[in-house]
Amino acid sequence: MKRRQHRPSFALNPNRLGHFGPYGGRFVPETLISALDELTQAYRKLKRNRSFQLELAEYLSAYAGRPTPLYEARNLSARVGQEVRIFLKREDLCHTGAHKINNTIGQALLAQYLGKKRIIAETGAGQHGVAAATAARLFNLTCDVYMGVEDMKRQSLNVYKMELLGARVLPVHSGSKTLKDATNEAIRDWVTNVETTHYLLGSVVGPHPYPMMVRDFQSVIGREARKQIREQFRSSVDVLMACVGGGSNAIGLFYPFLRDPVRLIGVEAAGLGLSTGRHAASLAKGSVGVLHGMRSLVLQDEDGQIRLAHSISAGLDYPSVGPEHAYLKKTGRAQYISATDRDAIRGFHLLTKLEGIMPALEPAHVIGILPALAQRFRRGAKIIVCLSGRGDKDLDIVRRATHSGDATT
Amino acid sequence: MNNRLTRCLARAGKNKEKLFCAYVMLGYPSVAKTEAVVRVLEQAGTDILELGFPFSDPLADGPTIQYASEHAIRNGVTLEDAFRVVKRLRHRGIEIPILFFSYLNPILCYGASRFVRRLQASGFDGSIVPDLPPEEGKELETMLRQSRLSMVYLVAPTTRRNRMRAIAGRSNGFIYYVSLRGITGARRAVPRDLVKTVKILKRLTRKPVLVGFGISQPEQVRTITRVADGVVVGSAIIDRLRNGAGVPSIGGYISRLVRALKTRR
Repeated sequence: MKRRQHRPSFALNPNRLGHFGPYGGRFVPETLISALDELTQAYRKLKRNRSFQLELAEYLSAYAGRPTPLYEARNLSARVGQEVRIFLKREDLCHTGAHKINNTIGQALLAQYLGKKRIIAETGAGQHGVAAATAARLFNLTCDVYMGVEDMKRQSLNVYKMELLGARVLPVHSGSKTLKDATNEAIRDWVTNVETTHYLLGSVVGPHPYPMMVRDFQSVIGREARKQIREQFRSSVDVLMACVGGGSNAIGLFYPFLRDPVRLIGVEAAGLGLSTGRHAASLAKGSVGVLHGMRSLVLQDEDGQIRLAHSISAGLDYPSVGPEHAYLKKTGRAQYISATDRDAIRGFHLLTKLEGIMPALEPAHVIGILPALAQRFRRGAKIIVCLSGRGDKDLDIVRRATHSGDATT
Repeated sequence: MNNRLTRCLARAGKNKEKLFCAYVMLGYPSVAKTEAVVRVLEQAGTDILELGFPFSDPLADGPTIQYASEHAIRNGVTLEDAFRVVKRLRHRGIEIPILFFSYLNPILCYGASRFVRRLQASGFDGSIVPDLPPEEGKELETMLRQSRLSMVYLVAPTTRRNRMRAIAGRSNGFIYYVSLRGITGARRAVPRDLVKTVKILKRLTRKPVLVGFGISQPEQVRTITRVADGVVVGSAIIDRLRNGAGVPSIGGYISRLVRALKTRR
């Protein structure tokens, strides 16, 4: 890759209407518009408010465990070959086990500033739900979490965790009974209780300002990584990689590097394979559409009905993607590839055996395809991978997939 | 603009008549049944029809319309069905204004300009898209206007006053006032701040204001039309179909609501 300052042929922020190029915006019932306006204004103020930012930084370090380490995975690098150096941004070491807490602390603090006493959240795997319930305890807010009944079955431990944290987990029976429908239900709740409730959205999706705001809260990942690679390793970086469902950990890592000469690669879930139709690769296989209040790339059928996504990891199992990713793809600033369920299982075992780190199945997608990608990297390339969460929540799934012969290590 | 909707609204304005607007879901319980229901609705005195088109993720809708949407999608309903049904209704002499009611995605997927052409050719009079606020609606609104079709926007209890004025200016035909903070679905009471807010809205515009969401009872219809120009009833009709009510009994129910609305007090 050429060494030059990347000329920004793209915008770093959405316009006034929340558009990232042709994507983003606000496609919601009128009832929510004034709440979104209020949120946008409050957020713009707090973004520049020193005491808010200091308070947030304090919670992130003392409570959430930031900064997270940037760890050079030498054994994994050796396995991948080509003399590459792989660095793992250890978001799995955050409190509650994933990067989700960066956003929930930020938004719960914001809810406090807004004077809202109740938060609601949607969750798929339950990671965001647990992180939201945790932040709710920290700031003494009432917390209701919407979760599809299918996901509640798959992730019963996280349901129990949320309940222990004093959150109410509200089962969603409509539609596909997964994250997509939990999100619908959370929005319906917000329409009903908009004056008392803050909707704590968990990814860089939804109506403006959420994609921008959640990105900003998650950008702490990239800011730290950028500093660490320079100061700790006295090195530059060539490639950033992260898994993409809604895309919050990926944009969090990418954003502070957008103007650097660094290649950005997002990895979507190819599920059983892109040609099977059973995947969650909305960037690769989606078309322009409107879902959950945003215009983005969406998995849909020929009549414009939203299709079911599939991935072995509930965190990537979403039929759309954040509008900024759609924009980065369109402008060519980032590339997006995909990895299958089997790649993810393989990645899980690889990192566990080589480094003694059990990754969540979401970032395991990235690990799993690294060996196959090595040829495409420059010899000696330096790669930062966002290890967005730890694998405890997925052990049952890993055990089943491994025993059914779904993976080779 | 001159279409069935604007003519209907002008006539009602002149005669100081209140308007009854009914919502049905295309393909619930079946496309044939939807047609039969529409004919009965018209005979029972419905002034305006909203023909709902199903979407897999209806954000603004409660359990009743969610259920009907899922059912209609399973029945394989497409936009072509919507165009065909309205064309047939027009052939059979149904002359009440018909508005297309759906979320944005099926429209985008079909292609907005092609959608508008077909809408016009098949005999629709306009469109209501609950997840398309005016900021994002310009393109569709312009296309509709060029085909002499109305774009009706919604105002909510949370809408601030200067925004109310702007939406009222943009909305074509009437203004759809959402009666409550929440989703669609039959309720028994009238929200407390409704009368006050509708009065405010009426002072900002001369366009008719129709109130929807949560209306199912003659008593509600009477209270609301003391200030508003009409009501929209949807979920209550679908609830009756879902409970096995026959088409004639739907007609009876609508007649009672229409009577509550048209009787001078």
